[in-house]
Amino acid sequence: MFRIRFHGRGGQGMKTASRILGTAFFLEGYEVQDAPRYGAERRGAPIFAFVRADRRPIQERGIIRQADLVVVADDSLVPVPAADVLAGCDANTVLLINSFQSAEVWRQRLNLQGPILTLPAMEDVEDRAELPYVGAACAGAAAGLSGVIGQTSLEQAIAEELGHLGAAVIAANLERASNAFQSLSEQAGLVKPGRTFSAEGWQTPDWIELPFEQADVSAPAIHAGLTSEAIKTGAWRTMRPLVDYARCNRCWWVCSTFCPDGAIRVDEERYPQIDYDHCKGCLICVAQCPPHAISAVAEHLAAEGVES
Amino acid sequence: MKRRLLTGNGAAAWAARLAGVDYVPAFPITPQTEIIESLANWIDRGEMPGRLVTLESEHSMLTAAGAAAATGVRVFSATSSQGLLYAMEMLYTVSGWRAPFVLVNVSRGLSSPITLEPDHNDILAARDSGFLQIHCATCQEVLDSVLLAYRLGEDNRVRLPVLVNMDGFYLSFTREPVEVPEAEAVAAFLPSFQAGEIRFRASAPESQAVAVLGGGPYSYFRYETHLAARIAIQVYDELADVFEQSFGRRHAAVECYRCEDADYLFVMIGSFATKARAAVDSLREAGWSIGLLRPRLFRPFPEAQVRRLLAGRRAVAVIDQNLSFGAGGVLYAELAAALYGEKAAPPVLASFVGGLGGRDIPPEEFYEIARLIRDAAERGETPPPRLLYTEAELRETRKLQAIAKVERAGLGAKS
Repeated sequence: MFRIRFHGRGGQGMKTASRILGTAFFLEGYEVQDAPRYGAERRGAPIFAFVRADRRPIQERGIIRQADLVVVADDSLVPVPAADVLAGCDANTVLLINSFQSAEVWRQRLNLQGPILTLPAMEDVEDRAELPYVGAACAGAAAGLSGVIGQTSLEQAIAEELGHLGAAVIAANLERASNAFQSLSEQAGLVKPGRTFSAEGWQTPDWIELPFEQADVSAPAIHAGLTSEAIKTGAWRTMRPLVDYARCNRCWWVCSTFCPDGAIRVDEERYPQIDYDHCKGCLICVAQCPPHAISAVAEHLAAEGVES
Repeated sequence: MKRRLLTGNGAAAWAARLAGVDYVPAFPITPQTEIIESLANWIDRGEMPGRLVTLESEHSMLTAAGAAAATGVRVFSATSSQGLLYAMEMLYTVSGWRAPFVLVNVSRGLSSPITLEPDHNDILAARDSGFLQIHCATCQEVLDSVLLAYRLGEDNRVRLPVLVNMDGFYLSFTREPVEVPEAEAVAAFLPSFQAGEIRFRASAPESQAVAVLGGGPYSYFRYETHLAARIAIQVYDELADVFEQSFGRRHAAVECYRCEDADYLFVMIGSFATKARAAVDSLREAGWSIGLLRPRLFRPFPEAQVRRLLAGRRAVAVIDQNLSFGAGGVLYAELAAALYGEKAAPPVLASFVGGLGGRDIPPEEFYEIARLIRDAAERGETPPPRLLYTEAELRETRKLQAIAKVERAGLGAKS
């Protein structure tokens, strides 16, 4: 059985990637299961989707703990604990990262035993409208690495899954998926199915007798204010809004009012100050600012101090 | 018959479409929303007849469903979790009207605390409502069970509404191959509703079970509902045969997977049971004599079949994806009640609770459960109920508690 996980951010098309790959396997005659997994849905939040494909009916369900292939559409997810990108990665897991860093850098950073590849088809994504195409590239790459999906099935899967979006969208996704598929042609078959679960011997679960605890501990209460500040949701951001204070009207309310996360504070001089620890990069402020004083910069460029 | 990839939600919507439903009162809730979105799209584009109306709450939605069913049209609706609970008053009420319709529930754990992922406390809260209950393990079963549910509920001997249950995420959002039957084949299996005496009309009002009754007449109507639900076991078995003849798929009231000769059995309901099947396959390969028993029909409870299938086993592990606080697993209690006094009852009936709020049950936990009941059978002693929980999970919870700054004094020594 092939077990493949896609990790990305809400809006990057990971669910779509899993569906394209699932349909491509199905067209090749495989039994298939594909599914997304997310919490309270939000653009930018870590999500994952997974695909199982086998020649026999599939009885396994739910999350894939140990995958044959892990595809990461956004390398900023690797250090995010909630994304759990590296869960179950071992010597038999191929890791494919869409990254501006080289595979060698990731090998040194992660110290993983399995092969690491970077997704070469993705050029610098500066335009948010480009982000969903990452999904098509990821699906094309995964199809290529499986070695069992032909380009015809991949193309038909894209047409089926994106048919409702019109010919132009299909064509743009086809191009990116095909590029990724072909660029990995030398690695076709690197991802191998076949991890099996055996009841001949298994690791005993680390079960505990859950102790009784007084309700002052065990009630689901939050005993301190502002605990959500401790969660740096700014790590979800792929694009960073930057205020050009020379153009700011100091209207004092438009950007801060529209900000759905309360991440813009107006200081005593009536200038907006963005809390980057909690700005998720939705860019509503960019759209709303009357004098167009807020621009958007790709997060990795902004982090390096490059302003567009 | 076309085989295609469908989510459980998609399968439920297709079943409603193929059943030719006339009326769909709707209210959205995660993880059910895709069902009504699909139906709304089809009706809007003219691909499906019928009328879909969004109501202001699940309580109103169930009232509308029951009232429409009482006019003799075919009604479909769907909800989940808190929505099912919000509709609960009307669930009990409309079943007493004895007007059949189908309600799909997409299981999701109940608040508090809140979750979006599945367990069965929502659907089991409706256990005593008078709705019949069918529990599904695959997306194919969702589609097939909705069709079966209409035939079952509309049977003149039964005339009760039916809940078809699927697990959120594990079925609702999971695509797998589903055979979508041809419309003609469905029409042959499920002709349009012959409503007969079910003929309430707003233009010609009559009483729909609203008179205040004393205990004697009240009991009569309640008992008759009970007897109709009991008859539904036999009706279901007949329909499972007809369904198999029509579509080639058998959905017995109780699935028994590799259990003919099994000394040991897992018992589960819902989609996690397919994980138990996978564990059974692995354990069989390793030489174990083990199988899975999965009641699909939960109300009425097919205890005669369950008794027969459990008779003579050495040990049985009931894995409940629900928790009745202060008592334990609900399925476990039902099985224990069914087995009491049976001479051939298995000597060990052990209770495990797991899978709450979508918590995974990995293969090694099934293997370990098998080992526990085998050892218990050798000792001749049933182990105490076990709440499946690992040290790693407690560590994760401790982290959250630290962020929430709960009273650390109570935690320090133990964590």
